[in-house]
Amino acid sequence: MTTPSHAPSHPHYHINGKRPGVDWAATIKDAGLAAFVALLLTVPLVGLRTVDRPTGLGIEARPEEVIASLVLVFLGRLGLGLIRQGMALPVLILALACAGVGLVLPMPTQVLRLVLVLGGGVIALRAAMTVATGRSKLSQADRDKRMDRFAAKVQHASRYIGPVAVAFAAVLPLTPLADRMILDIGILLLTYIMLGWGLNIVVGLAGLLDLGYVAFYAVGAYSYALLAHYFGLSFWVCLPLAGVLAACSGVLLGFPVLRLRGDYFAIVTLGFGEIIRIILVNWYQFTGGPNGISGIPRPSFFGIADFSRTPAEGMAAFHELFGLEFSPLHRIVFLYYLILALALVVNLFTLRVRKLPLGRAWEALREDDIACASLGINRTNMKLAAFAIAAMFGGFAGSFFATRQGFISPESFTFIESAIILAIVVLGGMGSQIGVVVATLLVIGLPEAFRELADYRMLAFGAGMVVIMLWRPRGLLAHRDPTILLHGGKKKPVPAGAAK
Amino acid sequence: MSAATMNTEKPLLSVEHLTMRFGGLVANNDVSFEARAGEITALIGPNGAGKTTLFNCVTGFYTPTVGRLTLRHPQGKEFLLERMPGYRIAQLAGVARTFQNIRLFGGMSVLENLIVAQHNKLMRASGFAIAGLLGLPGFRKAEHEAVELAKYWLDRVRLTEFADWEAGNLPYGAQRRLEIARAMCTEPVLLCLDEPAAGLNPRESGELAEILTFIRDVQTPQGHRTGVLLIEHDMSVVMRISDHVVVLDYGRKISDGTPGHVKNDPAVIRAYLGEDEDEALPPEVAADLNLAQKGA
Repeated sequence: MTTPSHAPSHPHYHINGKRPGVDWAATIKDAGLAAFVALLLTVPLVGLRTVDRPTGLGIEARPEEVIASLVLVFLGRLGLGLIRQGMALPVLILALACAGVGLVLPMPTQVLRLVLVLGGGVIALRAAMTVATGRSKLSQADRDKRMDRFAAKVQHASRYIGPVAVAFAAVLPLTPLADRMILDIGILLLTYIMLGWGLNIVVGLAGLLDLGYVAFYAVGAYSYALLAHYFGLSFWVCLPLAGVLAACSGVLLGFPVLRLRGDYFAIVTLGFGEIIRIILVNWYQFTGGPNGISGIPRPSFFGIADFSRTPAEGMAAFHELFGLEFSPLHRIVFLYYLILALALVVNLFTLRVRKLPLGRAWEALREDDIACASLGINRTNMKLAAFAIAAMFGGFAGSFFATRQGFISPESFTFIESAIILAIVVLGGMGSQIGVVVATLLVIGLPEAFRELADYRMLAFGAGMVVIMLWRPRGLLAHRDPTILLHGGKKKPVPAGAAK
Repeated sequence: MSAATMNTEKPLLSVEHLTMRFGGLVANNDVSFEARAGEITALIGPNGAGKTTLFNCVTGFYTPTVGRLTLRHPQGKEFLLERMPGYRIAQLAGVARTFQNIRLFGGMSVLENLIVAQHNKLMRASGFAIAGLLGLPGFRKAEHEAVELAKYWLDRVRLTEFADWEAGNLPYGAQRRLEIARAMCTEPVLLCLDEPAAGLNPRESGELAEILTFIRDVQTPQGHRTGVLLIEHDMSVVMRISDHVVVLDYGRKISDGTPGHVKNDPAVIRAYLGEDEDEALPPEVAADLNLAQKGA
């Protein structure tokens, strides 16, 4: 930003022909500086590479990659500088050409192609935005307001988007599109959506930063696995039991912890999450330790029929019961519908509870818990309720996870899971139901979709997080609608004797 | 407001020998006074006199080191406030308060603020959320009544047109009024206001005084009158609307009586203006006193 003196490229300048000249020297200097910073960063990160030689580990230099990235950074920065000085249109054309070249022509490495396409695309997008709005730079407040209006629109549209999305999710397995992989990804996405919605109750509504949500997921999963292992109970008996046990563990944790606030609270929940995992690893005789528990029974069709080709004694086979050809997909489809139903239960609960005194008290606690005490709200009970209910939903999701995998081990319940679920809630916009869905698609769906890019998908994931932090620190769709309206909503009949 | 008849009744709130220590610091030292239903009792005193501490004791945010706080409901029930946990004082004893630095639920709408204030009533009606989740009619009726009460107080504090606004977006004066409305929605027997006129312009203080006298004078649906306990620095407001003034200085009560009595009490003048009584009044204090006399 070495060109503070340039005039803003307002549309009027173009009309009057008084377009300010481009300060080439400063722009190139700026781009050169950016390239220099890139040089410092890329030499150790990109320029050197360890290779496995017969004599041991060696280091190999990769000058071409460094030069390529330097040129890209230089050109990108130059493009941004020119956009800011009213040269948006030429930059747009060049950037598009660049992306096109990257797409079509053969490249020495796959990475270069990716960078060319993505870099060209981003710059082109930026230039197109500038051309469209006629303004070179939106202020942060403007952008915020714009995004908020957009979020409000999405919020209002979610009345229609919601049912459409649910209908789509419901018919997906029936379409020919649904192969094993699509269904598996669907189940994975729905599991995280359910966990996100569950955590949203604690973090989004009650405003308690819970870093150990995965503990309840683990309690649910192990409850089912152990009950099935030791007592031979079926999934349909264990599902509610797992929920109850997870809720109990939520109360157990919440009771001593809820007197803490803010960061201290978050740290203790983080500890709790780790404690559960470490107990699972070390209580070898009971939980199987790091080996986990295998052979967890698969769910039956509501206890009526089994999904295997040759079911055990006294159990009907699903395909025979419905006169279908046997297919291993039946079970997957059933699991898909099961998690869809569970997730929708969580969603319905949240939507309803927001309009009840319980949900309103949670939101009030998030806003100001001292004021809540002054209004006679029992803070401990309210927070415990939030904790227990969210834990219960986590427990449901956990026992679903156990029955889907057929095998669980403490590996599945590490801190990174908690972090991902929390990232989903925060990215989506705290308290926003549809935000959780969008964020899950981004956080879980995109890395799944770009599995071929291997290591670079984590890079893209990190870059996405940074972009959202910069553009939308309150989350993608952070917008709250009042749960009750006096004006604007349906007119209510006015009773004769108003409170005196 | 005939003081003679009121005095035969038992007081709404009795504070007896209240002492509050923080380590070596004595914030309140053996303070005793009474507040009555249907009266505005003002607590005044220089900065650091222990007014807010006393307030926090009454509303359950602190537990006093020594002393007894008795609240008597018009129906005859008695509550020993120093023995109750904070939220119970608001829930059972019916003591509502506002804060020196406004504490609204900023992200929620104005109406929602007033509905949250009726939490306990609605929670019972919604069967602790179970009946509410099932959508039983009992809760809908209770919620409707809650909205009516909220509307009534919105009307009183003239915020009806802002009902669907985010509370945090209201102008400052409106936020002060909303906080009072929210406290009144808990249907209290004693309303405690911590510097409600702070930061208000003269016109807004005038409106505030009107709201407070209304709260004092109106008969509640339960057939009693609300007592108001008020901390205030704005002497023109205090002298105009209070029925009873208690003056604190260095944690002790130094004067107690009608505004007229307190104003002429040499101990009060000494506390506010310093030891030397021959000293001329600073011009702004003189102006304040004149204004207060005109208002009284």
